[in-house]
Formats: sequence, C-alpha cells, structure tokens
Amino acid sequence: MPPLSDADVIRIARLARLDLTGLERHRLAQELSAILDYAGQLTRVATAASESSLHPGVRQLPERPDDPVPGLDRNEALQNAPDADVRAGLFRVPRVLGG
Amino acid sequence: MTDPGLTVREIRDRVAAGTLSAVESCRDAFDRIAKTDPRLGAFLAVDRERALVRAAALDAGAPEREGPLAGVPLAIKDNICTRGLVTTAGSRALARYVPPASATVVDRLERAGAIVVGKTNCDEFAMGSSTEHSAFGPTRNPWDVGRSPGGSSGGSASAVAARLVPAALGSDTGGSVRQPAAFCGIVGLKPTYGRVSRSGLIAFASSLDQIGPLTLTVADAALLLEVIGGPDERDSTAAPVSAVSPFRADMLADARGLRVGVPRGALGEGLDGEMAALFEGALAVLAARGAHVEPVDLPHLPFGIPAYYVVATAEASSNLARYDGVRYGVRSAEDDAVSDLRRMYERTRQQAFGAEVKRRIMLGTYALSAGYYDAYYLKAQAVRALIRRDFDEAFRRVDAVALPTAPTPAFRLGDRIDDPLRMYLSDVFTVGASLAGLPAVSVPCGLSGGGLPAGLQLIGRAFDEATILGLASAYERECPWWRRRPAVSG
Repeated sequence: MPPLSDADVIRIARLARLDLTGLERHRLAQELSAILDYAGQLTRVATAASESSLHPGVRQLPERPDDPVPGLDRNEALQNAPDADVRAGLFRVPRVLGG
Repeated sequence: MTDPGLTVREIRDRVAAGTLSAVESCRDAFDRIAKTDPRLGAFLAVDRERALVRAAALDAGAPEREGPLAGVPLAIKDNICTRGLVTTAGSRALARYVPPASATVVDRLERAGAIVVGKTNCDEFAMGSSTEHSAFGPTRNPWDVGRSPGGSSGGSASAVAARLVPAALGSDTGGSVRQPAAFCGIVGLKPTYGRVSRSGLIAFASSLDQIGPLTLTVADAALLLEVIGGPDERDSTAAPVSAVSPFRADMLADARGLRVGVPRGALGEGLDGEMAALFEGALAVLAARGAHVEPVDLPHLPFGIPAYYVVATAEASSNLARYDGVRYGVRSAEDDAVSDLRRMYERTRQQAFGAEVKRRIMLGTYALSAGYYDAYYLKAQAVRALIRRDFDEAFRRVDAVALPTAPTPAFRLGDRIDDPLRMYLSDVFTVGASLAGLPAVSVPCGLSGGGLPAGLQLIGRAFDEATILGLASAYERECPWWRRRPAVSG
C-alpha cells in the first residue's frame, strides 16, 4: 500500500483527538507506513470469516443476579477530577452548547 | 539485617515461626531500596509509613498473620491500582492520580498478609519492551546498568533481580512479564487469560492483558498465583474455574513422561546465536530429566507480531479514549482548551501522552477506521484464531511448548528507542501465548558470554499452569540460575 500522507495522518489524529505537531506528523507518517507495510504480511494468511472470533479463549461469560450494589461514592469519583464542583457533585468542562 | 536473597517462602516461614518480624522484613526492604534503587530507578513510589503500620499490626496478631504471605514485602507495577497511593501507569496523564480503590489482586495479596512497599516503573500504560517509554525515566538492568531491564514490567523485574523485594506483580499483554523476567534472570509467569482478575489494572489491551508474578523461584510464582487467581465479581472475564490447585515444590521430582514441543522453524530469524545455544542446552536438561522433546508445527506463529500489534493497538486506542481531561488525570490549561471542549480534549491528550502511546493510538485508530477495519483488525483477529488453533492441535500431542523467551539478551538503553518496529520484534517469542490466551512461564536458563541472563519459556494448555510450573521447577532444580546475583544487588 502507498505510504501515509500528511492528510492521512491529520485525519487519523482528528479521530484520535490528538493535536500533533508538524514534526510529530512527519515522523508518524513514516513510522506508521513502515509498521502497516510490515502488518501487510497478514494478507498472505488464508483465513475464513468464521475464524474471526472476539476472543479465542473466552467462550462464555458468567452472569450475576441483576441486583443493585453500591458503586463508587460520588465524592471519591470527583477527587481526581481536574475541575469539579464538589458541592454540586459535578465534573466541570468547557461549554458544550451555545457560548 | 536479614539476608537480602530470601525468597517469598523463606520470609513467610520465618515470620510464621517468629524468627523474623514483619516490621523487620519491611524495614530491611526499605533500607535496600534506599541504598540501591538510586542506581536502578525501579521504584516510582515507596509507601514506608503505611507499610510499617500494616507490618506492626501483623506482628501484633492481625488476622492476616495466618495468611500464606504473612510479612512478605512486595512491589506492585504502577499500572495496578493501590488505594490511596499514587498510581501513574508511567504516564504524565496520571502523574497525580490517587485510586479510590485497590485492584482485586492487591486486596488479595494484602488479605494473604503481604505488605505493599511501593510501586514500580513501567513503560507508559505498559506500552513498550524496555521501560524507556516511562514518562519518569528509564529503569536500569541490575546485571548491567547500561542496559534495559526489558519491559514493560521493567521496574518490577529489576527490583526483584536486585533483591530489593522478593517478588513483585507485573502485567503481561504481549510479553511484558516474561521478557523482563528473562532480561533480569528471574521467573515471570503470565497466567491463562481469565485466571487473574483485571479489576483495577489500568487497561491497555483488554483481550490480552493479564497480571502475573515476578519472583526468584518457580515455587514462589506458583504461591503468588494461588493467592491472586480465581473468579472475581468485579471482572466478568475472570473465569469461573476453581482456584489454582495448591502447588507443591515437590510436585514434579523430574519431567518424566512429559512431552515438550519445539516449534519447527520458529527459531530461525532474529534469534541470537548464544541465546539459541542456551535454549538448546535447557531442552537437553529437560530431556535428561525424562521429558520427550519433539518438534511441533505452529505454522501461523510467525504472523504473531503483525497480528499482535494490530489487535493490541486497536484495543489501546479505544481504552485510552478515557483520558480526556474530564474525570481524572491532567487537563490542558491553555486558553483555547479552556473555552472549547474539543480543543480541550486534543490539547490535553497531546500534552499527556508520550511518543510511543501516541504512535499506538494512531495505529489502532487507523486499524479500526472505516475502510481499514476489515483489512487490518478483522484480519488480525482471524489470524489470532488460527494461532490458537495451532496451539490446540499441538497440545493434542504435547504437554507444553518451549520457546526462548526473547531473541536477544538485554539490549543497551537507547539502542531501539528510535526504531519502533525493531523494538516490537523483541516480543517475537512471547506474543503467541498472549494472542492465544495461554499460560506461559519464563525461567532463567543461563548467562551469555557477556554475563547477561537468558530465559526458557514454557507455554501450557489453558488453565494448566500446574504443568508448565512443574516443568520449570524440574529445570530449576537441576539448574538454579536464580541463585546468581547481578552486579547491582541489595
């Protein structure tokens, strides 16, 4: 496959919510191209769609009774927040709507 | 001052017999850390005050005194949460993160009487094979401080090899317990996927991550597995199989009757000549102890590295979406990040993550993006299923599969940091068991001419840790390489 262009890297970075510098984009275009080129050898393996499973070892997950149990305390949940209104019990973020 | 070379079992037995107090055992560990760790950088944090309070309570007759790990000082990799003690995962993103709860494994160790003395360095979010990708600087290999201890559990491996603590927990996604154990000349066990709860392990690649012990001896690894293993209502992938049957050090006096498969053709590319010779020598020892060593076919194993780096990065890109500067971790304080939510996400993540984490998030995002999902992610998952099928076939004929743990001995710090693909190839022999979800142990199998350790890796059937631990123990009894001390030692 052709090497990744700067536009490709910008598109992926936008999906990944990363504000990369120009130098980072330049290096990543080269590094990701090399890694994807290497990963291209997977196309040489004959596989059937049925062989794709989410996990080769896990067949079944146990279930528990659907009873409410106490979760994380609200103050504890807020203690690591970079910005919070602890009294109101809220995380604080930049304005999402309007402004 | 106690002998710094004591194993977990020896400390536990002395504490139980009353010839060593838990306080003494912990104080000695802190003294060794204070004296020796400045040369290694294995620890990111020590917790002297709380540890000594717990040790004193134990000596005063707290119920944990009856536990199988009473009075044993342990270190925990810093991507495993410890309530009230900063847990960074080696990332600037979590530099000040204090977990509100401990991981299940930490709770279980403490209930068994173990005392957490500190947190060990690792590659950022466990993404790396050298511990050089930690935001807080590299850890050094006690056999040669110019070399890497391996990674990502390099701090745990370095601390145990240097006898700062008798054991530590690490996490293994593609080899991150086994490879550093091999580089540092100690035992490292990656349990079967689902054997040990991941609750409280900071997620990297959830279908691969598994917590495992790093210890001086095989018997100690088995003992720690008994304590940390078993189902957990906080992790639905912790399999509802009964706990590991108690492992006895005398379980296998020899390897008689066991069949050990060696993958045909898997040892060619990239395997260092001295490492190959040490591996062959280890197989000869197993044969002399009664094992049948025979070739097996694992035709898809050579595709392990590309499959692994697609699956693991895809899962990482999804798992690391949570570091958005809202609920925990750092947040960018720049003007435009204060006024615009999307800019806040992008600037926060740009500043919080190091180069390797960004590389993997980018790779994983690409592999999951529209138009590429089938070609990369689904293809890699299909190859993964074939690798597991190869192992299932092999295990109809053999009881364990043997491979070297790593293709080379510990490499020099800085040697591979600028060549990601070359760094990824450090994991060439370990990713197979990870993709297949199978248990694998690395046991030291000798020293290179330059005095660097090598590891023998034994892979077993799902939930059959007992067989590979037995084989490793039979080897270890014949060749107790763990008794050799590295140049830097506590």
